[in-house]
Amino acid sequence: MDFAILVQVLESTLRLATPLLFACLAGLISERAGVFDIGLEGKMLAGAFMAAAIAFVSGNVWIGVAAAVGVSVVMSLIHGVASITFRGNQLISGVAINFLAAGITVVIAQNWFRQGGRTPSLSGDMRMQRIDLPFAEALRDVPVLGPIYHGILSGHGLLVYVGLLCVPLTWYMLFRTRFGLRLRAVGENPAAVDTAGISVIGMRYGAVAICGVLCGLAGAYLSTGLSAGFVQDMSAGRGFIALAAMIFAKWRPWHALGAVWLFGLLEAVANRFQNIEILGLAVPVQAMQALPYILTVVILAGFVGKAIPPRAGGSAYVKEH
Amino acid sequence: MTSLKPLLGAASALGLTASLAHAEPALMFDLGGKFDKSFNEAAYNGAERWREETGGSYREIEMQAAAQRVQFARRLAEAGSNPVVVLGFQNAPTLEEVAPDYPDTSFVLIDAVVDLPNVRSVIFAEHEGSYLVGMLAAMANETGTISFVGGMEIPLIAAFACGYAQGARAVNPDIEIIVNYTGDTPAAWNDPVRGGEIARAQISQGSDVVFAAAGGTGLGVLQAAEDAEVFSIGVDSNQNHLHPGSVLTSMLKLVDQAVYDAFTEGPGLETGVVMMDLAADGVGYALDEHNEHLISAEMQDAVEEAKAAIIAGDLIVHDYRTDSTCPAF
Repeated sequence: MDFAILVQVLESTLRLATPLLFACLAGLISERAGVFDIGLEGKMLAGAFMAAAIAFVSGNVWIGVAAAVGVSVVMSLIHGVASITFRGNQLISGVAINFLAAGITVVIAQNWFRQGGRTPSLSGDMRMQRIDLPFAEALRDVPVLGPIYHGILSGHGLLVYVGLLCVPLTWYMLFRTRFGLRLRAVGENPAAVDTAGISVIGMRYGAVAICGVLCGLAGAYLSTGLSAGFVQDMSAGRGFIALAAMIFAKWRPWHALGAVWLFGLLEAVANRFQNIEILGLAVPVQAMQALPYILTVVILAGFVGKAIPPRAGGSAYVKEH
Repeated sequence: MTSLKPLLGAASALGLTASLAHAEPALMFDLGGKFDKSFNEAAYNGAERWREETGGSYREIEMQAAAQRVQFARRLAEAGSNPVVVLGFQNAPTLEEVAPDYPDTSFVLIDAVVDLPNVRSVIFAEHEGSYLVGMLAAMANETGTISFVGGMEIPLIAAFACGYAQGARAVNPDIEIIVNYTGDTPAAWNDPVRGGEIARAQISQGSDVVFAAAGGTGLGVLQAAEDAEVFSIGVDSNQNHLHPGSVLTSMLKLVDQAVYDAFTEGPGLETGVVMMDLAADGVGYALDEHNEHLISAEMQDAVEEAKAAIIAGDLIVHDYRTDSTCPAF
């Protein structure tokens, strides 16, 4: 594999990892606060639809992105009402969100656009434009640094950079702010937080809302950045890959970045090479596509360290009297 | 889903009046959906053409999941539709199960063969049409590399790839041909994100003509080709209008004609295998106002010459499905 191919694969990796990164951080924040979220996939799908639909109607991709965030937050709050306020099962509520999104996006798309559940193709300002980083052209011919900066980092949609920025922001929020400390405490020992006079319910709603914002961005990038329009079920399991990445990263932001890059790399390699020869043995592309799930099973089985979820995750908080 | 609702109502209402109603033809779409701008949409256009010309009406049904195949085919037959046109190679087992139960109903299967007395199997010579667009691709090519994005790796799609490669090699024996498939599940027909990413990977490997035979996934491929300012080739329906100037041509598969013919002949249509090849005008390449400036007179002459040779039997395009090998790879 020569250097040029490596640059191309890594550029593709960065693109493909972005929706995973947003969704992974979304799940991470929600679960750190003790609310499991299977519904990442559904929120991403709803976000993808709204972004494409509103971008098409308004002619501006950023209005579409805002709409995607809006619908995703609303779905998050539905999850919140069901599982925080009414103490319903978090997993079931998440599954319901997925089904809701899969059905309602197609129905609304058909009603609005009459194209069989897809949005019309986006063009021009309706799509996320590529951004060339400063000095990218000037540095182009510098050895090593040039290809990395110009070939891999530069020339993506804005949300790719926002996603990368979200990693340190999430880390800072979780581990260096009072809000983050409380958020983590709510996921570990909500009774202690409650004793300290802080609203467990309020903290959890906050976390779920942030989760909604990030899922909306993931979906918006999918339909306006990676492709040009919405089609039925276009999230294609990426929400579940993001969940896998979150477990793989053991609920830590920087590790999450590593995990989604690994999974993005696997997808990029699978797209680029149909069959890979390793030591004379042909590895079929299906094996590459299954690898994220296999890795997650390996992690969960405890072969590579132990993945311990937040202690109070999955259970609704009931105030003691 | 929305189109299903009135159908469900209609189906139940028709249960009562089936014996009174005049037999209406019916069309069952394959996964990928009615408006995939490709295979299913071609069938829809054929049915619409029939409706406009005859003023008749027809029933249609769209699946949401593979598990509904048998159920929906049965429902159409049960409601008294005749003939029932079923799209897609994956419905061959469906008809093997359903057709014997309704001996008085004529079924038409598109893209596969089922040997039953009341089934007409319409198959297309995709390898011949792909050969022609492969020639056009090689003639438009400048980099020495062209590529192909298929949906699932199945014999039908491999036949597209193989015909394409043979046509390209006929023009330029040294041409490099990159072949990729999207996936192994039905989701592979509807994943434009992955389709676009695969096309980008192929383009970065030097391909300047990308042929997509992948249903809805192909829309992502065509988009990626336009973004990278290279040529693409559409499939099944005429997709030239989607990105004028970037779509070099489309490999036409006249599914619309097959549906139109079946609807026109009505109940009791002739069964057996119908071969839609170049000679029968069942496949071809698209030339219209969107791509006429891309196809030069020499290109057109060369392709027409090959077309005549194939029809006359002087040029045999190898069909991958006969022996699962391809001489061009």
